[in-house]
Amino acid sequence: MAGVKEPEVIGSKEPEINDGGITNEVEVLGDHERREHTPGATRTMVLNMGPQHPSTHGVLRLLLELDGETILKAAPDIGYLHTGIEKEFEVKTYQQGVTLTDRIDYLAPLSNNLVYCLAAEKLLGLEIPPLAQWTRVMLAELTRLNSHLVWLGTHAIDIGAMSVFLYCFREREEILRIFEMFSGQRMMTSYIRIGGLALPHPRGWQKRVKDFIDIFPSRVDEYEELLTGNRIWTGRTQGVGYISLEDMLDLGVSGPMLRAAGLKIDLRKDKPYSSYEKFDFEVPTQTANDVFARYQVRIAEMRQSARIVRQALEGMPSGSHQADAPGIVLPDREKMKTQMESLIYHFKIVTEGFRVPEGEVYSAIESPRGEVGCYMVSDGTQKPYRVHWRGPSFGNLQATPRMIEGTLIADVIAGLGSMDFVLGDTDR
Amino acid sequence: MLPEELRGNPTAAAFEDIAVTGTLAYGELTVEVAPSSILEALGRAKNQLGFERLSTVTGVDRYPAEPRFEVVYHLQAIRRREWLRLKARLSGENPEIESAFSVYRSADWYERETFDLFGIRFLHHPDLRRIMLPDDWPGHPLRKDYPVTGERY
Repeated sequence: MAGVKEPEVIGSKEPEINDGGITNEVEVLGDHERREHTPGATRTMVLNMGPQHPSTHGVLRLLLELDGETILKAAPDIGYLHTGIEKEFEVKTYQQGVTLTDRIDYLAPLSNNLVYCLAAEKLLGLEIPPLAQWTRVMLAELTRLNSHLVWLGTHAIDIGAMSVFLYCFREREEILRIFEMFSGQRMMTSYIRIGGLALPHPRGWQKRVKDFIDIFPSRVDEYEELLTGNRIWTGRTQGVGYISLEDMLDLGVSGPMLRAAGLKIDLRKDKPYSSYEKFDFEVPTQTANDVFARYQVRIAEMRQSARIVRQALEGMPSGSHQADAPGIVLPDREKMKTQMESLIYHFKIVTEGFRVPEGEVYSAIESPRGEVGCYMVSDGTQKPYRVHWRGPSFGNLQATPRMIEGTLIADVIAGLGSMDFVLGDTDR
Repeated sequence: MLPEELRGNPTAAAFEDIAVTGTLAYGELTVEVAPSSILEALGRAKNQLGFERLSTVTGVDRYPAEPRFEVVYHLQAIRRREWLRLKARLSGENPEIESAFSVYRSADWYERETFDLFGIRFLHHPDLRRIMLPDDWPGHPLRKDYPVTGERY
């Protein structure tokens, strides 16, 4: 055993054995410490991690140059899920484009619907009725819960806590049922549309959301009971995955990672959209800036999101679910059967879409992973001239080498998990 | 030259001498500069105006118009809650611009992506390789003269 010394026998005067300086002692690194590498001192090896490694959550490939168990150099290789979605936006009408946004980040479809619609609505100058705005907020927060639950479950499984996954997916199932109730789909919802929502509220949604939100805080307590005080969990996460705040800002990181480094940054507060300013919630922060701090921030965010959902549920305004914009939103089914004008609008919207005034906008919202942005350029036709997607995972993943170089290979899994990236969002 | 309505804007005023043009539309400020002064503009945005984060870099293809390409930078001043869009136009013949890497390190992957999908070269970039597509991929898909179905079909 390294570091364990035999108790000294008093009076024994054995001469010390000269072993040429070779010891069995393992150098233990303190928190945030990185081992320096002397080039040419040792032979290194290159390890190919991924693209099918389960802890890379999709198809991320990491090339790691190792000296023993220490990572000297890390080079992420992405693009395995590139689907050319940005190109495809250019051949779809604006409303059709909503369905593509679901598929970018499959854990946060409604956040993506929202940021895309906000960009188009900014160009169109549409005013969205309160009911639609509040529903958007409620669903965006349920999406955050959904995404954080998947993150917590898989992150815990990566580190070795198997059972947390099952608990998280129990609640996630409930959220997916709520999504299905609203939109007819569990994952690819496309429920938020340009001009409002796709459908009016389903019958009985209040009970389902209320039942879920009544029980959810106690379920978060359960996850915390499993993990927060767990010595193995804290041992694997505390002091691991450190990266300085300056580095993160410089490398384009956003979202919970910054909040775990003590920076109070949240677009819901900084640049409120969709009437977030009317909701009462806090932006949780931590200062330790390690994997454990990121875990704490996300747990606290889940509690805050539950608060927002409850406020939206209790204060849901009445009114229309779509804006009053005849040429843009589909007319009411009943009116279509009785009014000539509505029929014409319906035909025109379905066959050729609607024209969007020329211009360019950048809309950004706080998705579960950070700042998701949509840069939309319109040339005055029915299809976007260019849509650029600023995926939060892409920005966050860029900081990987800075975070893991100089640390141990076992900590890579914990560090990567704490970033919470989705490869669909990275590669687009 | 900045247009008249932007003269009083403190952020736009910092680019007074290098701006080609500027707009304030939908509450978003855009400043266009010549490609040769993009590093100067980014440096001023970061050091003088406190835009500490580069959110994204991307391109727009105005084919067949000339200058064909726009390189668009979205900057964010977190504490002031302010956003800025910088833009430079490049010719279709030889689209080249200085890399923003020396000012913002986050430009690294965004510029690789723009190079990959638009074929815009970023000079003095530390590692300008394709990032999304395979290294031997022909063409640049986000160009307007690249068919949506790809060139092989």
